[in-house]
Amino acid sequence: MSIEWYVVLSALLFAIGATGILIRRSPMVILLCLELMLNAGNLALIAFSRMVGNEEGQVFALVVMVVAACEVVIGLGLIVAIFRRRLPLNVDDLRELRG
Amino acid sequence: MEAVLFFLAAIGALGGAVGVVAMRNPFYSVLGLLVHLFSLAVLFLLLTSAFIAAAQVVVYAGAVMVLYIFVVAYVGGGGESAWEPIPGQRFFAPLLGIAIFVELSIAVLGSALLALDTDGPEVGAGFGNPASIGEILLEKFLLPFEVSSILLLLAAVGAIVLANRKAPEEAQ
Repeated sequence: MSIEWYVVLSALLFAIGATGILIRRSPMVILLCLELMLNAGNLALIAFSRMVGNEEGQVFALVVMVVAACEVVIGLGLIVAIFRRRLPLNVDDLRELRG
Repeated sequence: MEAVLFFLAAIGALGGAVGVVAMRNPFYSVLGLLVHLFSLAVLFLLLTSAFIAAAQVVVYAGAVMVLYIFVVAYVGGGGESAWEPIPGQRFFAPLLGIAIFVELSIAVLGSALLALDTDGPEVGAGFGNPASIGEILLEKFLLPFEVSSILLLLAAVGAIVLANRKAPEEAQ
C-alpha cells in the first residue's frame, strides 16, 4: 500500500475526532475524541517516517503518546473532581470560566 | 496480503472512531476507542514500526483504557442534553468535519512530495525495532526523553492532587 492511503486515512480519522469534539457534550467523550485526533497525528507521523525511511518520526510519535497519556491523566482527574463536587458533567453547564 | 490487512485495519480504525463519536453510552465509546487503537497498532506494524505498535497496545489499550473504564464506572453514563447553546450545532459540526477532511486531503495530495505514492524506500530488517528506536532515543533525543519523563511525573502528581482534594461538604 502506498503512503498516500495511510495519510488520507489519518486525515479522515482526524476529521472524525474533530467532529466528535464539536458534537458531544460529555467531557469524557470529548477526551476520547481528543485521543482520536492525537492518534491520527501519530499515524501521519509514522507514515511520513516510513516514507523518508527515517526512524526519527517514530520517536516523535512516542513523545506524542507520552503527552496524550499526561492529558488523559489530568483530564480524568478533573472529571473525578467535578463529579465529587456534584457539578453536572456537561461542558455546556460548566461555563463559569467563560469570559 | 498487505492490502487486505490494510483495508481490514482501516475499516476497524474508522469503525471504532465513528463508534466513539456516535455511541450515547460513554462505556461503548471507550470500547470503540479500544477497537480503534488495536486497528491502529496493526497499521503501525504494516508501516514496519514494531516498537510503536507494541507501545500502542501496552500503553494505550492496556493502561490508558483501563483508566478510562475505571472513571466511566465511577462517574456513570448520564445522558446528554438535547439543548444546543448554538443553534444548529449538531447540523453544522459534521459539515465542518468534512471540510477539515477535504482540506487536509488537498493539502497532502496536492503537495509536491514525490515519494507519497510509493511504498517508501527499502529498509533493513531492523527498521523500527526496539533496539534502533532506543538507540535514537538515548543518543540523539536524550533531552526530549528526559523532559517527557518529567512531564509524566508532573501529570501523575497533578492527578493525585486533583482527585484527592476534598469536596467542600466532605471537608466539614
